[in-house]
Amino acid sequence: MLTVPGVTVREATQDDLVGGVRPRWVALPETVEEIAAVMRASAAHDLAVVTVGGGTKLHWGAPPERCDLLIDTCCLGDVLEHAAGDLVVRVQAGTTMETLAETLAREGQELALDVPLEGATVGGTLATATAGPRRLRYGTARDLLIGITAVLADGTIAHSGGRVVKNVAGYDLGKLFTGSYGTLAVIAEATFRLHPLPAERRWITAEFPPDELSFPMRDLLDSQHEPVAIEVDWPDLSGPCTVCVLVEGVAAEERATAVRDLLKPPATVEASPPPWWGRLPDGILIEARGPRLTLAADLPHVRDAAGRFDVTLRGSVAAGAMHVTPASDSDPGQVAAFLTELRSRLSGPVVLLAAPDEVAALVDRWGPTGGLTLMRRVKERFDPDRRLSPGRFVGGL
Amino acid sequence: MTVDAIAAAAREILTPESVITDPVRLRTYECDGLTHYRVSPGLVVLPETAEQVAAVVRLCVEHGVPFVARGSGTGLSGGALPRSDGVLIVTSRMRRIVELDLPRHRAVVEPGVTNLAITEAVREHGFYYAPDPSSQQICSIGGNVAENSGGAHCLKYGFTVNHVLGLEVVTPDGEIVQLDANDPGYDLLGAFVGSEGTLGITTKITVRLSRAPETVITLLAAFDDIEGGGRAVSAIISAGVVPAAIEMMDALAIQAAEASVSCGYPEGAGAVLIVELDGPHAAVAHQFTEVERICQQEGAFELRQAASAEERAAIWRGRKSAFAAVGRISPAYIVQDGVVPRTALPQVLAGIDALQDEYGIRVANVFHAGDGNLHPLVLFDDAVPGEGERAELVSARILDLCLQHGGSITGEHGVGVDKSRYMPKMFSEEDLDTMQLVRCAFDPRGLSNPGKVFPTPRLCGEVPGVRKGVHPLVESGQAEQF
Ligand SMILES: Cc1cc2nc3c(=O)[nH]c(=O)nc-3n(C[C@H](O)[C@H](O)[C@H](O)COP(=O)(O)OP(=O)(O)OC[C@H]3O[C@@H](n4cnc5c(N)ncnc54)[C@H](O)[C@@H]3O)c2cc1C
Repeated sequence: MLTVPGVTVREATQDDLVGGVRPRWVALPETVEEIAAVMRASAAHDLAVVTVGGGTKLHWGAPPERCDLLIDTCCLGDVLEHAAGDLVVRVQAGTTMETLAETLAREGQELALDVPLEGATVGGTLATATAGPRRLRYGTARDLLIGITAVLADGTIAHSGGRVVKNVAGYDLGKLFTGSYGTLAVIAEATFRLHPLPAERRWITAEFPPDELSFPMRDLLDSQHEPVAIEVDWPDLSGPCTVCVLVEGVAAEERATAVRDLLKPPATVEASPPPWWGRLPDGILIEARGPRLTLAADLPHVRDAAGRFDVTLRGSVAAGAMHVTPASDSDPGQVAAFLTELRSRLSGPVVLLAAPDEVAALVDRWGPTGGLTLMRRVKERFDPDRRLSPGRFVGGL
Repeated sequence: MTVDAIAAAAREILTPESVITDPVRLRTYECDGLTHYRVSPGLVVLPETAEQVAAVVRLCVEHGVPFVARGSGTGLSGGALPRSDGVLIVTSRMRRIVELDLPRHRAVVEPGVTNLAITEAVREHGFYYAPDPSSQQICSIGGNVAENSGGAHCLKYGFTVNHVLGLEVVTPDGEIVQLDANDPGYDLLGAFVGSEGTLGITTKITVRLSRAPETVITLLAAFDDIEGGGRAVSAIISAGVVPAAIEMMDALAIQAAEASVSCGYPEGAGAVLIVELDGPHAAVAHQFTEVERICQQEGAFELRQAASAEERAAIWRGRKSAFAAVGRISPAYIVQDGVVPRTALPQVLAGIDALQDEYGIRVANVFHAGDGNLHPLVLFDDAVPGEGERAELVSARILDLCLQHGGSITGEHGVGVDKSRYMPKMFSEEDLDTMQLVRCAFDPRGLSNPGKVFPTPRLCGEVPGVRKGVHPLVESGQAEQF
């Protein structure tokens, strides 16, 4: 049995699989120092390590080349410091986004980062850089993160940033670790800038033919009503798509009326979101990205790429990230062909976030990317022995 | 000498007049905005294309010569301080706006383009480039990227890093790499912004353009003392109002501004607060009432509202002139740049007061109050023996105060050569070593702007060999070895 002084370690079971790979042990550290102890032990014994939070995205990315030890952050669930007057929070990585939101709401504040999957933790949200509708106004996790504590492969504890919103001292490791899928370091703690909870929220909904989506999108983006989110839901590619706009904060009702007028009747204004709002569809998940407005013009291309293949589309089209989901019983070969077709028709990156092995085996999940040589070099410096989620990320990092 | 060899080769790659070796002309590049650090560069080149930059960098690699990028040289931490044994690569001839893509709210520009030139190019279409350092008329966008520059309006809109969508970078190997915010993989773009020229040279920048707001209202509030202003700032933020900017000046800073530009701020003010609100008309009107109420409640004795562009400029004139203006009331001064959590502002300002008394040195306070970014101006007379040293001490102790209250040694001016010695006060040795792993990945030879940011360079060495042979677990097949 692996023993790490002071840290609970148990044998792994069939429930602990990571992309089909079964680790031997699961460690349950409770502090940054305990993570460091676990990492030192795994360095001493050359163990490959994968970190898991809520497990909501553990199936994203390629299966690890090897995995001896799972670090479960479930016991790192504390909100360490909520400095309400400074609109800043420091939190342990295993804290769920729901728990964090509840704590912050008590002081009338929030982390303006939408959570597309229930049960996600702070660490997992950062590691996969997930975001939701309000990325249009607030950006993604990297834009709200102001400080980070992480543990390197050799057990070194490293901090960057701090607990002030404005700070340019040193390199921003927080940005580097955000979206790195656990391949560079174990994220232990994070500090975020917060926003006051908006006084009011209004959702404005209208339907458009997908071929004409660019027009309302452009009007909305150029408008003066400060929409914080513009989402599209397109459940049936042979029909129209639904556009839903969120305005929040001061004078939300007046601005919502102005947005409704811009979208023209029969657009409606509601005080609550549609049921699909901000939720990632289940199953196979393809993410297409691009600059503002590009994706709106891409909708017809998605339909053409799909042909008679059954897919749905949803996401932050205006902000530059949308999700395409083939039906769960799709033939793997057809999914792979569709992905290839999408890549040839869309101008931006198309990533296969989640898919069964049979599909993933047929394609490159990530597609081409700039700077891969530099990324490899970063990986070599941070994790020379390839012990942190090896092989899970772009280019086999 | 190797620099001579590079000069000769560079003349072949660039035009001869783009390569400067004349000592008199070299001296015009000897410092940036922090003028007490001066080094004449070994060689200056003025490339016009990314390929030329890459070719010069490859020459430097070949000869093992360090290189330093320079934009407009307005940096305030000595980041663009040249090396006498190195090459200074100046971007002032890379000034093209390559593409304006208004429908997609983007512009692609070369690094030598000034910050303001971007806004000027799109203003007539109702757009602007949001980060607005006070130096925006002259500073280059390449320098902004290197420093992750901010400005008064970053409170609501964020810093350079939040507005850069893509970069073309010449790596310290001399390769041209495209980094796009949308590409999968590590956020190298995010790591590059703010790296102060130590990870390579950016040769093309894609920035986000923002819609000019529908309404802008600027408010000037005068308080008896700085505490009243500070309370108002906290109350405004707590009320959920996010102004575009909240700036504060203390009595000494006001005095300097009056002497310099006669800004006509309310007589007898111990502090003035400038609050700017922008956005949709309905929202701004509502927030304005709220801010006005809060200022009165916290004891503002005079409130002025600017609605027109001229009135707004009048209010900002005093604030914008503040750095230069202290020259009117003091022969010399140090501009400090530190950050504290907003709630610690009263204690830190009291601490600065105590330092003034202890050292007999005056400090004028100007700050981006909304995000706790202080710019204390430490005044001294360089003709009085010892005063410069005392001012240096006060300036350093202000940073200690910031750190004691959980803040940072720099909010926007960067570390450069000036503050690398303070880095160990803010970060542990492990933290700094870890940051330098990024440096080693990009620049294992340590040629790109060496001696900046980090107090001691990390020797990168070879990449440790990837483990070969049988996995020990497999070899032993045993769990008990643990
Ligand atoms: C009066 C005054 C007011 C100021 N106000 C502000 C303010 O409000 N906010 C703020 O943030 N700053 C401010 N500054 C500081 C300064 O203007 C900024 O740091 C600015 O971004 C520097 O731009 P520059 O082109 O002058 O860069 P330089 O001074 O030439 O260089 C700065 C750093 O950037 C690197 N660099 C330059 N170009 C490149 C490139 N293409 N690729 C890679 N690295 C490069 C240099 O090596 C150096 O490390 C002010 C300065 C002055 C003098």
